[in-house]
Amino acid sequence: MKYLVSIGLETHVQLKTRTKMFCGCLLSTDCPPNTNVCPVCMGLPGALPLMNKEAIRKTVMSGLMLGCSINKYSRFDRKNYFYPDMVKNYQISQNTDPLCIGGGVDIGKGENIRRVRINHIHLEEDAAKINHYDRHSGIDYNRCGTPLMEIVSEPDMHSSSDAMEYLTALRQILVYAGVSDCNLEDGNMRSDVNVSVRPETSDRLGTKVEIKNMNTFKGICAALEFEIDRQTAILKSGGSVVQETRRWDGECGETFSMRTKENAHDYRYFPEPDLLPVMLDDGTIEQWRSELPELPGKKRERFKTQYSLPEYDAGVLCAQLPVAAFFEQTVQRGAAPKSVSNWIMTDLLRLLGQTGRDISDIPLTPDSFASLLKLVDSKSINTPTAKELFEELFEKGGEPEAIVKERGLGQVSDTGAIEEFAARVVAENPKVAADYVGGKAPALQYLVGQVMKLSRGKANPQMAAEIIKRKIAGE
Amino acid sequence: MDNENGTVHMDVERICELAHFDMTSEEMSEYQDQLDRILEYVEMLRQLDLDGIEPTMYGQPVANNFREDIVVPGLTHDEVIRNAPDQANGEIKVPKVVE
Ligand SMILES: [Zn+2]
Repeated sequence: MKYLVSIGLETHVQLKTRTKMFCGCLLSTDCPPNTNVCPVCMGLPGALPLMNKEAIRKTVMSGLMLGCSINKYSRFDRKNYFYPDMVKNYQISQNTDPLCIGGGVDIGKGENIRRVRINHIHLEEDAAKINHYDRHSGIDYNRCGTPLMEIVSEPDMHSSSDAMEYLTALRQILVYAGVSDCNLEDGNMRSDVNVSVRPETSDRLGTKVEIKNMNTFKGICAALEFEIDRQTAILKSGGSVVQETRRWDGECGETFSMRTKENAHDYRYFPEPDLLPVMLDDGTIEQWRSELPELPGKKRERFKTQYSLPEYDAGVLCAQLPVAAFFEQTVQRGAAPKSVSNWIMTDLLRLLGQTGRDISDIPLTPDSFASLLKLVDSKSINTPTAKELFEELFEKGGEPEAIVKERGLGQVSDTGAIEEFAARVVAENPKVAADYVGGKAPALQYLVGQVMKLSRGKANPQMAAEIIKRKIAGE
Repeated sequence: MDNENGTVHMDVERICELAHFDMTSEEMSEYQDQLDRILEYVEMLRQLDLDGIEPTMYGQPVANNFREDIVVPGLTHDEVIRNAPDQANGEIKVPKVVE
Protein backbone atom coordinates (compact mmCIF):
# COMPACT_ATOMS: atom_id res chain seq x y z
CA MET A 1 0.00 0.00 0.00
CA LYS A 2 1.16 3.53 -0.72
CA TYR A 3 1.16 6.21 1.94
CA LEU A 4 0.61 9.94 1.68
CA VAL A 5 2.49 12.39 3.89
CA SER A 6 1.06 15.76 5.01
CA ILE A 7 3.27 18.37 6.60
CA GLY A 8 2.34 21.74 8.07
CA LEU A 9 4.72 24.26 9.57
CA GLU A 10 4.27 26.92 12.22
CA THR A 11 7.19 29.23 11.68
CA HIS A 12 8.17 31.83 14.28
CA VAL A 13 10.06 34.77 12.84
CA GLN A 14 11.80 37.42 14.95
CA LEU A 15 11.01 40.82 13.50
CA LYS A 16 13.78 43.30 12.78
CA THR A 17 12.58 46.19 14.93
CA ARG A 18 14.68 48.40 17.20
CA THR A 19 12.59 47.80 20.30
CA LYS A 20 10.42 45.12 21.90
CA MET A 21 6.76 44.45 21.11
CA PHE A 22 5.16 46.20 24.07
CA CYS A 23 7.94 48.31 25.64
CA GLY A 24 10.85 50.51 24.56
CA CYS A 25 13.60 48.02 25.50
CA LEU A 26 16.37 47.59 22.93
CA LEU A 27 16.41 44.41 20.85
CA SER A 28 19.86 42.91 21.06
CA THR A 29 21.57 39.57 20.77
CA ASP A 30 24.95 40.47 22.18
CA CYS A 31 24.26 42.33 25.42
CA PRO A 32 25.00 40.85 28.87
CA PRO A 33 22.00 38.93 30.32
CA ASN A 34 19.12 40.89 31.82
CA THR A 35 20.31 44.33 30.74
CA ASN A 36 17.56 45.20 28.22
CA VAL A 37 14.54 44.83 30.45
CA CYS A 38 11.96 47.09 32.06
CA PRO A 39 8.88 46.82 34.29
CA VAL A 40 6.70 45.88 31.25
CA CYS A 41 8.76 42.96 29.93
CA MET A 42 9.61 41.85 33.49
CA GLY A 43 5.88 41.67 34.23
CA LEU A 44 6.07 43.94 37.28
CA PRO A 45 2.69 44.82 38.82
CA GLY A 46 1.06 47.91 37.36
CA ALA A 47 3.16 48.06 34.20
CA LEU A 48 1.14 48.44 31.00
CA PRO A 49 2.03 47.22 27.49
CA LEU A 50 1.98 49.58 24.49
CA MET A 51 2.01 48.23 20.90
CA ASN A 52 5.05 48.84 18.70
CA LYS A 53 3.64 50.24 15.44
CA GLU A 54 6.67 49.12 13.44
CA ALA A 55 6.06 45.49 14.44
CA ILE A 56 2.47 45.79 13.21
CA ARG A 57 3.74 47.33 9.95
CA LYS A 58 6.34 44.61 9.38
CA THR A 59 3.77 41.86 10.01
CA VAL A 60 1.30 43.45 7.60
CA MET A 61 4.07 43.85 4.99
CA SER A 62 4.91 40.16 5.37
CA GLY A 63 1.25 39.37 4.84
CA LEU A 64 1.13 41.52 1.71
CA MET A 65 4.28 39.86 0.32
CA LEU A 66 2.72 36.44 0.94
CA GLY A 67 -0.61 37.34 -0.65
CA CYS A 68 -2.59 37.31 2.61
CA SER A 69 -5.65 39.44 3.18
CA ILE A 70 -5.14 41.94 5.96
CA ASN A 71 -7.70 42.03 8.73
CA LYS A 72 -9.05 45.53 9.18
CA TYR A 73 -9.79 44.60 12.79
CA SER A 74 -7.38 42.54 14.85
CA ARG A 75 -6.58 42.27 18.52
CA PHE A 76 -4.48 40.52 21.14
CA ASP A 77 -5.31 37.70 23.56
CA ARG A 78 -3.68 36.29 26.64
CA LYS A 79 -2.32 32.78 26.37
CA ASN A 80 -1.91 31.43 29.89
CA TYR A 81 0.84 29.03 30.89
CA PHE A 82 3.41 28.58 33.61
CA TYR A 83 7.04 28.43 32.65
CA PRO A 84 9.97 30.55 33.85
CA ASP A 85 10.61 31.92 30.34
CA MET A 86 7.44 34.05 30.63
CA VAL A 87 7.39 36.30 33.70
CA LYS A 88 3.72 37.28 33.59
CA ASN A 89 2.52 33.64 33.40
CA TYR A 90 0.87 34.55 30.12
CA GLN A 91 2.05 35.42 26.66
CA ILE A 92 0.36 38.20 24.73
CA SER A 93 -0.59 36.63 21.39
CA GLN A 94 -3.37 36.74 18.80
CA ASN A 95 -5.79 33.82 18.95
CA THR A 96 -9.04 34.72 17.20
CA ASP A 97 -8.39 37.93 15.25
CA PRO A 98 -4.86 37.79 13.78
CA LEU A 99 -3.40 40.49 11.51
CA CYS A 100 -3.24 38.40 8.31
CA ILE A 101 -5.38 35.59 6.85
CA GLY A 102 -4.76 33.28 3.89
CA GLY A 103 -2.04 33.69 1.29
CA GLY A 104 0.61 31.19 0.34
CA VAL A 105 4.13 30.35 -0.81
CA ASP A 106 4.87 28.81 -4.22
CA ILE A 107 7.23 25.86 -4.36
CA GLY A 108 8.50 23.76 -7.28
CA LYS A 109 9.59 24.88 -10.72
CA GLY A 110 8.07 25.37 -14.16
CA GLU A 111 5.00 23.22 -14.66
CA ASN A 112 5.32 21.73 -11.20
CA ILE A 113 4.74 24.95 -9.28
CA ARG A 114 2.45 24.26 -6.33
CA ARG A 115 1.10 26.57 -3.68
CA VAL A 116 1.54 25.89 0.02
CA ARG A 117 -1.38 27.76 1.55
CA ILE A 118 -0.94 29.92 4.63
CA ASN A 119 -3.70 29.73 7.22
CA HIS A 120 -2.85 32.98 9.00
CA ILE A 121 -0.06 35.15 10.38
CA HIS A 122 -0.25 36.47 13.90
CA LEU A 123 1.92 38.61 16.10
CA GLU A 124 3.02 37.78 19.64
CA GLU A 125 5.82 38.36 22.12
CA ASP A 126 8.81 36.05 22.36
CA ALA A 127 9.75 34.29 25.61
CA ALA A 128 13.01 34.64 27.54
CA LYS A 129 16.03 32.48 26.81
CA ILE A 130 16.64 29.66 29.27
CA ASN A 131 20.10 28.17 29.54
CA HIS A 132 20.40 24.76 31.13
CA TYR A 133 23.27 23.87 33.46
CA ASP A 134 24.13 20.79 35.54
CA ARG A 135 22.36 21.87 38.70
CA HIS A 136 20.17 24.80 37.70
CA SER A 137 18.66 26.75 34.83
CA GLY A 138 19.55 30.39 34.15
CA ILE A 139 17.20 32.90 32.57
CA ASP A 140 18.05 35.90 30.41
CA TYR A 141 15.02 38.14 29.88
CA ASN A 142 16.62 40.25 27.13
CA ARG A 143 14.62 38.28 24.55
CA CYS A 144 11.43 38.33 26.59
CA GLY A 145 8.81 40.51 24.92
CA THR A 146 10.55 40.86 21.56
CA PRO A 147 8.18 40.86 18.55
CA LEU A 148 7.60 37.41 17.12
CA MET A 149 5.53 36.75 14.01
CA GLU A 150 4.04 33.29 13.60
CA ILE A 151 3.29 32.06 10.09
CA VAL A 152 1.01 29.03 10.13
CA SER A 153 0.83 26.96 6.95
CA GLU A 154 -1.83 24.49 5.89
CA PRO A 155 -0.66 20.82 5.77
CA ASP A 156 0.08 21.20 2.03
CA MET A 157 3.61 19.82 1.98
CA HIS A 158 4.14 16.14 1.20
CA SER A 159 7.84 15.48 1.71
CA SER A 160 10.85 16.82 3.57
CA SER A 161 12.04 18.47 0.35
CA ASP A 162 8.69 20.30 0.01
CA ALA A 163 9.25 21.64 3.53
CA MET A 164 12.78 22.75 2.66
CA GLU A 165 11.56 24.53 -0.47
CA TYR A 166 8.81 26.24 1.49
CA LEU A 167 11.17 27.44 4.21
CA THR A 168 13.80 28.58 1.71
CA ALA A 169 11.25 30.58 -0.28
CA LEU A 170 9.63 32.01 2.86
CA ARG A 171 12.99 33.07 4.23
CA GLN A 172 13.98 34.69 0.93
CA ILE A 173 10.75 36.70 0.83
CA LEU A 174 11.04 37.87 4.44
CA VAL A 175 14.68 38.87 4.04
CA TYR A 176 13.79 40.71 0.81
CA ALA A 177 11.04 42.60 2.63
CA GLY A 178 13.51 43.62 5.35
CA VAL A 179 11.10 42.12 7.88
CA SER A 180 13.65 39.86 9.53
CA ASP A 181 17.27 38.82 9.15
CA CYS A 182 16.05 35.19 9.30
CA ASN A 183 19.41 34.21 10.70
CA LEU A 184 18.98 30.56 11.65
CA GLU A 185 21.97 30.38 14.00
CA ASP A 186 20.64 33.30 16.01
CA GLY A 187 17.24 31.60 16.23
CA ASN A 188 15.54 34.31 14.12
CA MET A 189 13.43 31.64 12.43
CA ARG A 190 12.17 28.62 14.39
CA SER A 191 9.56 26.12 13.31
CA ASP A 192 7.13 23.73 14.93
CA VAL A 193 6.49 20.88 12.53
CA ASN A 194 3.25 18.89 12.17
CA VAL A 195 3.44 15.66 10.25
CA SER A 196 0.95 12.89 9.55
CA VAL A 197 0.87 9.84 7.30
CA ARG A 198 -2.21 8.09 5.87
CA PRO A 199 -2.93 5.35 3.35
CA GLU A 200 -3.32 6.78 -0.16
CA THR A 201 -6.87 5.47 -0.26
CA SER A 202 -7.96 7.51 2.76
CA ASP A 203 -9.17 11.04 2.23
CA ARG A 204 -8.87 12.05 5.87
CA LEU A 205 -5.58 13.30 7.29
CA GLY A 206 -3.76 10.82 9.53
CA THR A 207 -3.07 11.42 13.22
CA LYS A 208 -0.63 14.28 13.50
CA VAL A 209 2.52 14.44 15.52
CA GLU A 210 4.12 17.74 16.45
CA ILE A 211 7.85 18.34 16.71
CA LYS A 212 8.59 21.58 18.54
CA ASN A 213 11.04 24.42 18.19
CA MET A 214 13.46 23.43 15.46
CA ASN A 215 15.85 26.13 14.26
CA THR A 216 17.90 24.57 11.46
CA PHE A 217 16.60 23.52 8.04
CA LYS A 218 18.84 20.47 8.20
CA GLY A 219 17.37 19.45 11.55
CA ILE A 220 13.82 19.91 10.27
CA CYS A 221 14.60 17.82 7.20
CA ALA A 222 16.18 14.99 9.22
CA ALA A 223 13.40 15.05 11.84
CA LEU A 224 10.74 14.90 9.12
CA GLU A 225 12.39 11.97 7.37
CA PHE A 226 12.73 10.06 10.63
CA GLU A 227 9.13 10.79 11.62
CA ILE A 228 7.71 9.86 8.19
CA ASP A 229 9.54 6.50 8.34
CA ARG A 230 8.45 5.90 11.94
CA GLN A 231 4.78 6.62 11.26
CA THR A 232 4.75 4.65 7.99
CA ALA A 233 6.26 1.62 9.76
CA ILE A 234 3.57 1.81 12.49
CA LEU A 235 0.78 1.94 9.90
CA LYS A 236 2.30 -0.88 7.83
CA SER A 237 2.43 -3.15 10.87
CA GLY A 238 -1.26 -2.45 11.48
CA GLY A 239 -0.73 -0.14 14.44
CA SER A 240 -1.96 3.39 14.97
CA VAL A 241 0.00 6.59 15.50
CA VAL A 242 -0.46 8.37 18.84
CA GLN A 243 -1.23 12.08 18.68
CA GLU A 244 1.55 13.69 20.68
CA THR A 245 4.39 16.19 20.80
CA ARG A 246 7.83 14.76 20.14
CA ARG A 247 11.28 16.17 20.61
CA TRP A 248 14.01 15.89 17.95
CA ASP A 249 17.39 14.76 19.23
CA GLY A 250 19.87 15.74 16.54
CA GLU A 251 22.67 13.70 18.06
CA CYS A 252 20.79 10.38 18.04
CA GLY A 253 18.91 11.31 14.88
CA GLU A 254 15.57 10.29 16.45
CA THR A 255 12.41 11.87 17.80
CA PHE A 256 11.26 11.11 21.35
CA SER A 257 7.86 11.41 22.97
CA MET A 258 7.68 14.38 25.34
CA ARG A 259 4.89 12.95 27.52
CA THR A 260 3.40 16.33 28.30
CA LYS A 261 0.60 16.56 30.83
CA GLU A 262 -2.90 16.48 29.39
CA ASN A 263 -3.76 19.88 30.81
CA ALA A 264 -0.65 21.56 29.51
CA HIS A 265 -2.40 22.76 26.37
CA ASP A 266 -5.35 24.40 28.03
CA TYR A 267 -4.17 27.95 27.49
CA ARG A 268 -7.47 29.59 28.57
CA TYR A 269 -7.18 32.36 25.99
CA PHE A 270 -9.10 35.54 26.68
CA PRO A 271 -8.96 39.07 25.22
CA GLU A 272 -5.99 41.04 26.55
CA PRO A 273 -7.63 43.75 28.66
CA ASP A 274 -4.49 45.93 28.77
CA LEU A 275 -4.44 46.57 25.01
CA LEU A 276 -6.82 48.20 22.57
CA PRO A 277 -7.64 46.58 19.23
CA VAL A 278 -5.77 47.35 16.01
CA MET A 279 -7.90 48.89 13.26
CA LEU A 280 -6.26 49.40 9.88
CA ASP A 281 -7.87 51.53 7.20
CA ASP A 282 -7.34 51.11 3.45
CA GLY A 283 -5.11 54.17 3.30
CA THR A 284 -2.63 52.72 5.81
CA ILE A 285 -2.59 49.29 4.17
CA GLU A 286 -2.07 50.83 0.70
CA GLN A 287 0.71 53.05 2.05
CA TRP A 288 2.49 49.99 3.42
CA ARG A 289 1.88 48.07 0.20
CA SER A 290 3.63 50.86 -1.73
CA GLU A 291 6.69 50.37 0.47
CA LEU A 292 7.08 46.70 -0.51
CA PRO A 293 10.09 45.55 -2.50
CA GLU A 294 9.82 43.41 -5.62
CA LEU A 295 9.22 39.72 -4.82
CA PRO A 296 12.11 37.33 -5.60
CA GLY A 297 10.07 35.42 -8.21
CA LYS A 298 9.04 38.64 -9.99
CA LYS A 299 12.62 39.87 -9.95
CA ARG A 300 13.87 36.61 -11.50
CA GLU A 301 11.35 36.93 -14.34
CA ARG A 302 12.28 40.58 -14.90
CA PHE A 303 16.01 39.75 -14.98
CA LYS A 304 15.32 37.11 -17.65
CA THR A 305 13.38 39.48 -19.92
CA GLN A 306 15.00 42.85 -19.21
CA TYR A 307 18.62 41.62 -19.31
CA SER A 308 18.17 38.50 -21.53
CA LEU A 309 19.72 36.33 -18.84
CA PRO A 310 19.33 32.53 -18.71
CA GLU A 311 17.06 31.11 -15.97
CA TYR A 312 20.10 29.86 -14.07
CA ASP A 313 21.80 33.29 -13.95
CA ALA A 314 18.59 35.01 -12.86
CA GLY A 315 18.16 32.46 -10.06
CA VAL A 316 21.70 32.88 -8.73
CA LEU A 317 21.66 36.69 -8.90
CA CYS A 318 18.22 37.06 -7.27
CA ALA A 319 18.90 34.58 -4.46
CA GLN A 320 20.17 37.47 -2.37
CA LEU A 321 18.80 40.98 -2.68
CA PRO A 322 22.19 42.75 -2.23
CA VAL A 323 23.73 40.64 -5.03
CA ALA A 324 20.81 41.46 -7.34
CA ALA A 325 21.22 45.16 -6.50
CA PHE A 326 24.97 45.03 -7.16
CA PHE A 327 24.28 43.43 -10.55
CA GLU A 328 21.75 46.09 -11.54
CA GLN A 329 23.92 48.98 -10.38
CA THR A 330 26.84 47.66 -12.44
CA VAL A 331 24.65 47.21 -15.53
CA GLN A 332 23.27 50.73 -15.09
CA ARG A 333 26.85 52.00 -15.40
CA GLY A 334 27.00 50.63 -18.93
CA ALA A 335 28.41 47.11 -18.51
CA ALA A 336 27.02 44.22 -20.56
CA PRO A 337 24.49 42.25 -18.44
CA LYS A 338 25.75 38.79 -19.37
CA SER A 339 29.38 39.59 -18.62
CA VAL A 340 28.42 41.23 -15.30
CA SER A 341 26.45 38.09 -14.49
CA ASN A 342 29.36 35.79 -15.40
CA TRP A 343 31.82 37.73 -13.30
CA ILE A 344 29.45 37.84 -10.31
CA MET A 345 28.59 34.15 -10.49
CA THR A 346 32.17 32.97 -10.80
CA ASP A 347 34.67 35.43 -9.39
CA LEU A 348 32.64 37.63 -7.04
CA LEU A 349 30.65 34.88 -5.32
CA ARG A 350 33.81 32.78 -5.02
CA LEU A 351 35.75 35.62 -3.37
CA LEU A 352 32.81 36.40 -1.06
CA GLY A 353 32.67 32.74 -0.08
CA GLN A 354 36.43 32.48 0.48
CA THR A 355 36.71 35.63 2.55
CA GLY A 356 33.36 35.35 4.35
CA ARG A 357 32.74 39.01 3.55
CA ASP A 358 29.43 40.69 2.92
CA ILE A 359 28.78 42.23 -0.48
CA SER A 360 27.69 45.48 1.16
CA ASP A 361 31.07 45.68 2.84
CA ILE A 362 33.68 45.29 0.06
CA PRO A 363 35.94 47.91 -1.56
CA LEU A 364 34.83 46.81 -5.05
CA THR A 365 32.05 49.15 -6.18
CA PRO A 366 29.61 48.89 -9.12
CA ASP A 367 31.56 51.87 -10.58
CA SER A 368 34.98 50.21 -10.52
CA PHE A 369 33.46 46.87 -11.58
CA ALA A 370 31.79 48.48 -14.60
CA SER A 371 34.94 50.29 -15.70
CA LEU A 372 36.95 47.07 -15.38
CA LEU A 373 34.47 45.32 -17.68
CA LYS A 374 34.71 48.19 -20.15
CA LEU A 375 38.48 47.70 -20.30
CA VAL A 376 37.92 44.00 -21.03
CA ASP A 377 35.28 44.66 -23.69
CA SER A 378 37.42 47.20 -25.49
CA LYS A 379 40.27 44.65 -25.37
CA SER A 380 42.41 47.18 -23.50
CA ILE A 381 43.37 44.44 -21.06
CA ASN A 382 43.33 40.68 -21.53
CA THR A 383 41.41 38.18 -19.40
CA PRO A 384 44.23 37.03 -17.08
CA THR A 385 45.10 40.66 -16.30
CA ALA A 386 41.42 41.42 -15.71
CA LYS A 387 41.10 38.51 -13.27
CA GLU A 388 44.10 39.70 -11.29
CA LEU A 389 42.84 43.25 -11.28
CA PHE A 390 39.40 42.09 -10.14
CA GLU A 391 40.88 40.38 -7.10
CA GLU A 392 42.84 43.51 -6.31
CA LEU A 393 39.74 45.72 -6.59
CA PHE A 394 37.87 43.28 -4.37
CA GLU A 395 40.62 43.48 -1.73
CA LYS A 396 41.63 47.12 -1.90
CA GLY A 397 39.39 48.97 -4.30
CA GLY A 398 40.71 51.55 -6.74
CA GLU A 399 40.08 52.98 -10.18
CA PRO A 400 40.85 50.32 -12.86
CA GLU A 401 41.75 52.72 -15.69
CA ALA A 402 44.25 54.55 -13.52
CA ILE A 403 45.81 51.30 -12.28
CA VAL A 404 46.16 49.95 -15.83
CA LYS A 405 47.80 53.16 -17.02
CA GLU A 406 50.09 53.48 -14.01
CA ARG A 407 51.41 49.93 -14.23
CA GLY A 408 51.34 49.58 -17.99
CA LEU A 409 48.99 46.59 -17.84
CA GLY A 410 47.32 47.55 -21.10
CA GLN A 411 46.93 44.72 -23.55
CA VAL A 412 49.26 44.89 -26.51
CA SER A 413 47.07 44.88 -29.61
CA ASP A 414 49.79 46.68 -31.50
CA THR A 415 50.37 44.33 -34.45
CA GLY A 416 53.95 45.48 -34.90
CA ALA A 417 55.02 44.42 -31.42
CA ILE A 418 53.23 41.09 -31.59
CA GLU A 419 54.66 40.44 -35.11
CA GLU A 420 58.12 40.86 -33.69
CA PHE A 421 57.51 38.50 -30.73
CA ALA A 422 55.86 35.92 -33.02
CA ALA A 423 58.69 35.95 -35.52
CA ARG A 424 61.19 35.37 -32.70
CA VAL A 425 59.17 32.54 -31.14
CA VAL A 426 58.67 30.72 -34.44
CA ALA A 427 62.38 31.05 -35.27
CA GLU A 428 63.47 29.79 -31.85
CA ASN A 429 61.05 26.81 -31.82
CA PRO A 430 61.28 25.23 -35.27
CA LYS A 431 60.33 21.74 -33.96
CA VAL A 432 57.14 22.96 -32.28
CA ALA A 433 56.22 24.92 -35.41
CA ALA A 434 56.74 21.75 -37.44
CA ASP A 435 54.50 19.80 -35.01
CA TYR A 436 51.74 22.33 -35.59
CA VAL A 437 52.08 22.01 -39.31
CA GLY A 438 52.01 18.24 -38.83
CA GLY A 439 48.55 18.59 -37.23
CA LYS A 440 49.29 18.88 -33.50
CA ALA A 441 46.93 21.63 -32.45
CA PRO A 442 48.27 22.02 -28.88
CA ALA A 443 51.63 23.07 -30.34
CA LEU A 444 50.05 26.40 -31.25
CA GLN A 445 49.02 26.99 -27.61
CA TYR A 446 52.63 26.54 -26.59
CA LEU A 447 53.80 29.13 -29.10
CA VAL A 448 51.08 31.59 -28.02
CA GLY A 449 52.26 31.04 -24.43
CA GLN A 450 55.78 32.01 -25.45
CA VAL A 451 54.54 35.22 -27.08
CA MET A 452 52.53 36.03 -23.93
CA LYS A 453 55.68 35.50 -21.89
CA LEU A 454 57.70 37.86 -24.07
CA SER A 455 54.96 40.49 -23.83
CA ARG A 456 54.85 39.97 -20.05
CA GLY A 457 51.24 38.84 -20.23
CA LYS A 458 49.97 41.84 -22.12
CA ALA A 459 49.58 40.55 -25.68
CA ASN A 460 46.13 39.90 -27.03
CA PRO A 461 46.17 36.06 -27.17
CA GLN A 462 43.76 35.74 -30.13
CA MET A 463 45.80 38.19 -32.12
CA ALA A 464 49.04 36.39 -31.20
CA ALA A 465 47.61 33.05 -32.42
CA GLU A 466 46.60 34.55 -35.76
CA ILE A 467 49.98 36.12 -36.34
CA ILE A 468 51.86 32.92 -35.38
CA LYS A 469 49.75 30.94 -37.86
CA ARG A 470 50.66 33.42 -40.57
CA LYS A 471 54.34 33.28 -39.70
CA ILE A 472 54.38 29.47 -39.81
CA ALA A 473 52.60 29.50 -43.13
CA GLY A 474 55.48 31.66 -44.25
CA GLU A 475 53.39 34.71 -45.04
CA MET B 1 -19.31 25.49 31.92
CA ASP B 2 -22.58 23.62 31.71
CA ASN B 3 -23.20 20.15 32.96
CA GLU B 4 -25.67 17.61 31.61
CA ASN B 5 -28.74 18.76 33.51
CA GLY B 6 -28.51 22.32 32.24
CA THR B 7 -27.30 23.99 35.43
CA VAL B 8 -24.01 25.85 35.53
CA HIS B 9 -21.05 24.33 37.26
CA MET B 10 -17.37 25.20 37.53
CA ASP B 11 -14.73 22.49 37.86
CA VAL B 12 -12.84 24.18 40.69
CA GLU B 13 -10.35 21.37 41.08
CA ARG B 14 -9.27 21.67 37.45
CA ILE B 15 -9.15 25.46 37.61
CA CYS B 16 -6.89 25.21 40.66
CA GLU B 17 -4.64 22.83 38.83
CA LEU B 18 -4.42 25.11 35.78
CA ALA B 19 -3.79 28.20 37.91
CA HIS B 20 -1.29 26.44 40.17
CA PHE B 21 -3.39 27.03 43.30
CA ASP B 22 -3.10 24.69 46.26
CA MET B 23 -6.39 24.44 48.16
CA THR B 24 -7.76 22.18 50.84
CA SER B 25 -10.96 20.32 50.03
CA GLU B 26 -12.84 22.56 52.49
CA GLU B 27 -11.65 25.66 50.64
CA MET B 28 -12.50 24.05 47.37
CA SER B 29 -16.10 23.32 48.28
CA GLU B 30 -16.45 26.84 49.67
CA TYR B 31 -15.25 28.36 46.42
CA GLN B 32 -17.26 25.84 44.44
CA ASP B 33 -20.39 27.20 46.00
CA GLN B 34 -19.44 30.87 45.52
CA LEU B 35 -18.25 30.45 41.94
CA ASP B 36 -21.35 28.50 40.92
CA ARG B 37 -23.48 31.33 42.25
CA ILE B 38 -21.49 33.86 40.20
CA LEU B 39 -21.98 31.73 37.10
CA GLU B 40 -25.71 31.52 37.80
CA TYR B 41 -25.81 35.29 37.97
CA VAL B 42 -24.09 35.62 34.60
CA GLU B 43 -26.49 32.98 33.30
CA MET B 44 -29.29 35.54 33.52
CA LEU B 45 -27.87 37.08 30.33
CA ARG B 46 -29.02 34.02 28.43
CA GLN B 47 -32.61 34.90 29.09
CA LEU B 48 -32.20 38.13 27.13
CA ASP B 49 -32.68 38.38 23.40
CA LEU B 50 -29.16 39.27 22.21
CA ASP B 51 -29.72 38.67 18.50
CA GLY B 52 -27.72 41.08 16.38
CA ILE B 53 -25.74 42.46 19.32
CA GLU B 54 -21.98 42.33 18.85
CA PRO B 55 -19.98 41.05 21.84
CA THR B 56 -18.22 43.95 23.59
CA MET B 57 -14.57 43.30 24.20
CA TYR B 58 -13.44 46.80 25.15
CA GLY B 59 -14.98 49.51 27.29
CA GLN B 60 -14.30 52.41 24.94
CA PRO B 61 -14.54 52.71 21.16
CA VAL B 62 -10.82 53.46 20.86
CA ALA B 63 -8.17 51.61 18.86
CA ASN B 64 -4.56 51.84 17.68
CA ASN B 65 -2.81 52.95 20.84
CA PHE B 66 0.65 52.62 19.28
CA ARG B 67 4.13 53.64 20.29
CA GLU B 68 6.91 54.49 17.85
CA ASP B 69 9.86 52.10 17.59
CA ILE B 70 12.11 54.21 19.82
CA VAL B 71 14.41 52.89 22.56
CA VAL B 72 13.54 53.95 26.12
CA PRO B 73 15.94 53.09 28.96
CA GLY B 74 14.54 50.42 31.29
CA LEU B 75 15.79 48.94 34.56
CA THR B 76 19.44 48.63 35.47
CA HIS B 77 20.85 45.15 35.83
CA ASP B 78 21.11 45.63 39.63
CA GLU B 79 17.47 46.66 39.84
CA VAL B 80 16.41 43.54 37.93
CA ILE B 81 18.52 41.18 40.00
CA ARG B 82 17.39 42.77 43.29
CA ASN B 83 13.98 41.11 42.97
CA ALA B 84 15.33 37.73 41.87
CA PRO B 85 15.62 34.91 44.41
CA ASP B 86 19.10 34.03 43.16
CA GLN B 87 21.44 34.79 40.27
CA ALA B 88 24.47 33.34 38.52
CA ASN B 89 26.57 35.16 35.90
CA GLY B 90 23.91 37.79 35.42
CA GLU B 91 21.20 35.22 34.71
CA ILE B 92 18.29 34.65 37.05
CA LYS B 93 18.85 31.30 38.70
CA VAL B 94 15.90 28.90 38.93
CA PRO B 95 15.58 25.19 39.74
CA LYS B 96 16.44 23.07 36.73
CA VAL B 97 13.57 22.97 34.26
CA VAL B 98 13.19 20.53 31.39
CA GLU B 99 13.54 21.80 27.85
ZN1 LIG C 1 10.97 46.12 28.43
